Amino acid sequence: MKNIKQLSIFAENKPGKLEHITKVFEENKINIMAFNIASQGDFGIMRFIADKPEKALEAFKKAGFTISMNEVFAIEMEDKPGGFHNVAQFIAKSGLNIENAYVLIEKDRQGALLICDIKDTEKAKKTL
Amino acid sequence: MFWQMEQETLKRAKLEALQLKRLKQTLKRVYDNVPFYQKAFTKCKVKPVSLKSVKDIEKFPFTTREDLQANYPDGLLACGREDIVRLHTSSGTTGKPKAVFFTKADLDNSANLIARCLVATGCTKHDVLQNMMSYGLFTGGLVMHYGAEKLGMLIIPSAVGNTDRQIMLMQDFGTTTLHLTPSYALYLASHFEAKGINPAKDLKLKRAFMGAEPYTEETRLKLESSMGIEVFNSYGLTEMNGPGVAFECTEKNGMHIWEDNFIVEIVDPATGKQLPDGEYGELVLTTINREGMPIIRYRTRDITAIDPVRCACGRTHVRIKRIHGRADDMFIIRGVNIYPQQIEQVLMGVNGVGKNYQIVLESSEDMTIRVEFSKGYFDGNLDNLKTLRGTLVEKLKAAILVRPKVELAEPGTLPVSEGKSKRVIDNRKVY
Repeated sequence: MKNIKQLSIFAENKPGKLEHITKVFEENKINIMAFNIASQGDFGIMRFIADKPEKALEAFKKAGFTISMNEVFAIEMEDKPGGFHNVAQFIAKSGLNIENAYVLIEKDRQGALLICDIKDTEKAKKTL
Repeated sequence: MFWQMEQETLKRAKLEALQLKRLKQTLKRVYDNVPFYQKAFTKCKVKPVSLKSVKDIEKFPFTTREDLQANYPDGLLACGREDIVRLHTSSGTTGKPKAVFFTKADLDNSANLIARCLVATGCTKHDVLQNMMSYGLFTGGLVMHYGAEKLGMLIIPSAVGNTDRQIMLMQDFGTTTLHLTPSYALYLASHFEAKGINPAKDLKLKRAFMGAEPYTEETRLKLESSMGIEVFNSYGLTEMNGPGVAFECTEKNGMHIWEDNFIVEIVDPATGKQLPDGEYGELVLTTINREGMPIIRYRTRDITAIDPVRCACGRTHVRIKRIHGRADDMFIIRGVNIYPQQIEQVLMGVNGVGKNYQIVLESSEDMTIRVEFSKGYFDGNLDNLKTLRGTLVEKLKAAILVRPKVELAEPGTLPVSEGKSKRVIDNRKVY
């Protein structure tokens, strides 16, 4: 388990927003490793794990985006049946609750990382 | 038919002489009893005796809504508190509303003015009035009520809302006359349709008086045809008693203002200079028959024009045209007066709100406030944005008395024109 930085970009739920956002990544030569898009009515939040998070934060701020960066948990899962279940089981046993989760497949495809927010960060850090 | 025929048809020369006499008395009354007016007159280098003709009123200072608010609660009283029997306040302001006081004589006089209006539209004591206006601090309810009572009509004080019950009352008690806002009238009309009631055939309705909000001639005609009744335009403001300041007669071509009670001026809103009859400008009113709280040259901020042509009804008191707009940015939603500044004050006091906002007026009933949240407020989740929106709705409702829709916008996305943000988008089509 490790902590990694996640970028959350706020956007109105309109066509073209994703194009605009991915352009900033491209122009700044930043690679997207994982992402998640969640919409809630008129708005949405796009979450990204990038290879150069601080650079991305600056670039998006400069481009006028509403962006925030926070630390999330990256929990190793085996890339085979049961891999996710094992992790989920462990988290449940520890009494922790996952908010917002998505996956990052590592380059060598030996494993996958469960990227998630856990509300009770202190407890999570201790348990995991 | 006239309620007070002699006064309503007084020849112009006599009417103007009466105005001069009452205006002189009023100026003296406020000068002697109201420190605010004494100071204001002195600043303009005038005394009551400076008035030699009604036109000389131009030499005297204006009174604004800010003056009323600054002199709250009773700084403009021209008599002792023990002589005052009624208080009304103007809707929609936070903290310091405009308070208007009435003596028994003032109330009786106001009731007579209303009775004049009612008779001018054809009402008699055999008519039944359903007063569908708010009863309370708002003048629309009580002031109309006492006027109708003076005439001898049967009044059903049904106030606002509960439309099914309103219709039941009309059916059971034979209501002939309605007093309500144009937006409630539109709602009522569609309610009749939904229930399959044809007011012209199934009810005894003959007429409706509509006021307290601006509306167009088109809306009047639409309501007349939809309900099969006559609709009369009514103008008033709390500072000038409430309803009954100006009203249409059966000619329905402009509203008569009772000139033996009010001096009517139309001024250029930017310069304050008097404009000739027929030109549109800001309506300025002076009470000349009130003893509790006379008001001199009140800037109503309503835009209209005087129609000097003698009306076929025989009344010699001048008419004003349908209100054409505002000289300030006040608007009315669900019957409540709202100023954009009130909204701004609330918004800027809430943590998380950004620089830019927009007020979108959809109709007389609906308003949406778009607010940018501040960049730093976004923490990666939508939760605190939801909370922010909820907080804004509640705080706005508390301040302006109407619950608006609030939409949050991303910082920097609300349109800005010529460096200055366009704050109010008016889609109402009420002028």
